Amino acid sequence: MSTNEWPLWEVFIRSKQGLSHKHVGSLRAADATMAIDNARDVYTRRSEGISIWVVESRLVAASDPKEADALFEPADTKVYRHPTFYDVPDGISHM
Amino acid sequence: MNQQEALFEYTLRIADDSLILGHRVSEWCGHGPILEEDIALTNIALDLVGQATNLLDYAALVENNGRDADTLAFLRYDRDYRNTLLVEQQNGDFGMTIARQFFFDIFRRLFFEALQKSTDATLSAIAEKSLKETKYHVKHSSEWMIRLGDGTEESRQRVQEAVDTLWRYTGELFYTDEVDQLLLSAQIAVDLEALKAPWMSYVQEIFSEATLEIPAHNWQQGGGRKGIHSEHLGYLLAEMQYMQRAYPGMEW
Repeated sequence: MSTNEWPLWEVFIRSKQGLSHKHVGSLRAADATMAIDNARDVYTRRSEGISIWVVESRLVAASDPKEADALFEPADTKVYRHPTFYDVPDGISHM
Repeated sequence: MNQQEALFEYTLRIADDSLILGHRVSEWCGHGPILEEDIALTNIALDLVGQATNLLDYAALVENNGRDADTLAFLRYDRDYRNTLLVEQQNGDFGMTIARQFFFDIFRRLFFEALQKSTDATLSAIAEKSLKETKYHVKHSSEWMIRLGDGTEESRQRVQEAVDTLWRYTGELFYTDEVDQLLLSAQIAVDLEALKAPWMSYVQEIFSEATLEIPAHNWQQGGGRKGIHSEHLGYLLAEMQYMQRAYPGMEW
């Protein structure tokens, strides 16, 4: 019996009201078509979404947790980074 | 046989196919080869049982003799079930289950597409609702047939064996008799004869990609539509009906 595993895929689902695909988990599948079918069965059982993206996990490049400090130093103390000096007119909702 | 009796028989045929196959596929629950397929198969089983519920509700209404969907599902004797022999065959290995599903799903997609045009409003509505999930079932079984057939030496051998074993039950899907004739003239039933060619054409298309062969011998076995079943149905019903017979009238 072979111990080779199918590749791992990360699954992203966009819900009906959503604008972006959200990461919901991962699964193993032999190829992209099966990954999408499996994601449909595992992650959209209860009408969670209307669009599925799958990406092989090995293709996802991620930031190194050890570099979190350098990458994500909070910009709280850097008031010059934030555009807070504008008056936002009434009626603009997505700011 | 009058139209009402024919309609009852006809609805039972469709309902029992969904009920018995739904039960068979549900036997995979917890035993799937991988997690994702366990969920896929149980989802398919749920879809089928859902169809059976709608259809048996309607059958009980048509019969109008005091039975309801539950009594029809759980208290008939094996000779009163009208499912085809194909759906009562044992699950076997994954290849056998997929092959059985494949032959059935293609038939069902063609059948429901046609049944939508029935003059019977309830059957037409059930067909429309069931068609969406059926299209997914077709995709699922077709993709697996291709991967099992055009897969490893072992997967190909197993699924070809499954095809060779199940081929003799595929003919019964298109079985017609006086029930169909009566309802065809009322434009309620589907002309099953007309579904044969598209069914075969799709099977050949997928088989060619799956590098599978259609068996040379075309010997066919039937009887299910008349209540003459294989030995498997008895055991299946013993499990399926156990709770209702051991605890009559029990509810969740």
